[in-house]
Amino acid sequence: MNKLILSTALLAIGAGAAFADGHSVVRLGTEGAYPPFNFLNDAGEVDGFERELGDELCARAELTCEWVTNEWDSIIPNLVSGNYDAIIAGMSITAERDEVIDFTQNYTQPDPSSYLVAAGNEGLNVETAVIAAQTNTIQASFVAEMGATLLEFASPEESVAAVKAGEADAVLADDSFLAPIVEADAELAKLEREELIGGGIGMGLRESDGELKAKMDAAISSMKADGSLNALIEKWEVGAKF
Amino acid sequence: MFSFCTDPSTLETYQWFACYFTTGKHANFYWAFVTVLLLLAVTAPTSLAMGFGGASAARSRIAPVRWLGHGYISVVRGVPDIAFFLFFVIALDQGLEFLRHSALCPDWDQPIRQGNDFIVCDAAKLPLGNAPQWVHEVYGFALAVFTFAIVFGAFAANVLYGAMQAVPRAQLETAEAYGMTHRQTFWRILVPQMWVYALPGLSNLWMVLIKATPLLFLLGVEDIVYWARELGGTANPRFTDYPHGDWRMWYFLFLLVFYLAFTRVSEVVLERLMNRLTHGQATTGGEAQRKAA
Repeated sequence: MNKLILSTALLAIGAGAAFADGHSVVRLGTEGAYPPFNFLNDAGEVDGFERELGDELCARAELTCEWVTNEWDSIIPNLVSGNYDAIIAGMSITAERDEVIDFTQNYTQPDPSSYLVAAGNEGLNVETAVIAAQTNTIQASFVAEMGATLLEFASPEESVAAVKAGEADAVLADDSFLAPIVEADAELAKLEREELIGGGIGMGLRESDGELKAKMDAAISSMKADGSLNALIEKWEVGAKF
Repeated sequence: MFSFCTDPSTLETYQWFACYFTTGKHANFYWAFVTVLLLLAVTAPTSLAMGFGGASAARSRIAPVRWLGHGYISVVRGVPDIAFFLFFVIALDQGLEFLRHSALCPDWDQPIRQGNDFIVCDAAKLPLGNAPQWVHEVYGFALAVFTFAIVFGAFAANVLYGAMQAVPRAQLETAEAYGMTHRQTFWRILVPQMWVYALPGLSNLWMVLIKATPLLFLLGVEDIVYWARELGGTANPRFTDYPHGDWRMWYFLFLLVFYLAFTRVSEVVLERLMNRLTHGQATTGGEAQRKAA
């Protein structure tokens, strides 16, 4: 009986402490439409490289985390207005984004971006072609700067559909995203040309949230150190290992 | 769901589909229909009430109330829906958090706006940061209902205002001659007679409202169009047990049928309502009914 009372009391204190902490529940925002980084599985839950990574990071930082999906377009505004606490959505670290939000250290190596075209169209000259990309991505800004005609889409899926429908000549996207698509569809192919853009993917945080950033940075470092991050990268095939 | 679903790649077509349509992801899709219908069921009466309030205010004998009513009708009708949904909801959410912040955390010394960040103390968060996900969803849904009610309320207010003006002056004069007060004339003569003039306009609004639900996604509520796009998209064999090509066309076709059926049912119901409201009215429609009877 004493044991029961004691454990109840401990539980109550524990719950109180959790409530008092700045981040009793850390809400992780993701897109849920960018396999293998993040996607919704058959059960309708967030799954993928970043799901496993995020859960492991939270466990190491001793945080309780919850997953939220949000459209890519409004993913940064919703972070800064506090609807969730971190973006973990295959977001490359860029100087432009860094002005608005903060990033942890990168948890993937800079991944080359490739061009996806219809099979038989491998001789395409990308500089004069119509290239599809998702809005607000590093690939979209790259195409715009290169001078090719840019077609922007709200989701990665739609940009691939545009190539299949002949609306665009090619899609520029992360190689890890395009590789499984090409593998599954004989009507699509990749160009040999690749673009090295982006500084790797990191977790996006509010600039005022230094405490969470420090915790996540430490957790990522520990995963890099013991090789568990490399194991995840290998499992989900999201680029080179560290 | 079914016992034979353990290895979908070996199944016969009909069994495969039985498994496919009962995945957790599809359950979310079906659930989204409930959300949309619930939203309509709550929003329609709320906007009608907002509209009634707006229209009554616009006809008020007290000048400031009249200005308020007219201001509401013209400002909200003039702002594009999508801008309203993006701006108003964020402003409302931050406004509420700011009020709670001022009340709950008086000894907070940091600025609320730090660059792009909007920071209030944890106790002032709406919903609280550690609330379960369903609380966040209900909160988002409530914001959606409120925003829809304001937007559609303004249109409804204009329709009702016009309908109130359309009731023949002679009817009101007769009421006054019988010694009814302003309030009595309004509730007993004006309101019962105005519906027949308001209904065509209101039925338009209802039809537009049915089809406006994809705006929900702007507010973080996942509606049927979102799930149709998500489920119909190419499913890669590496990431699912049910790989398929681009099936969005079929999902959207299903939505098309759903919306057409839904609007058809609405039309039938609205027509019956119109018949009932016309009964005994001093309008051409009412006269025709009287002759036919």
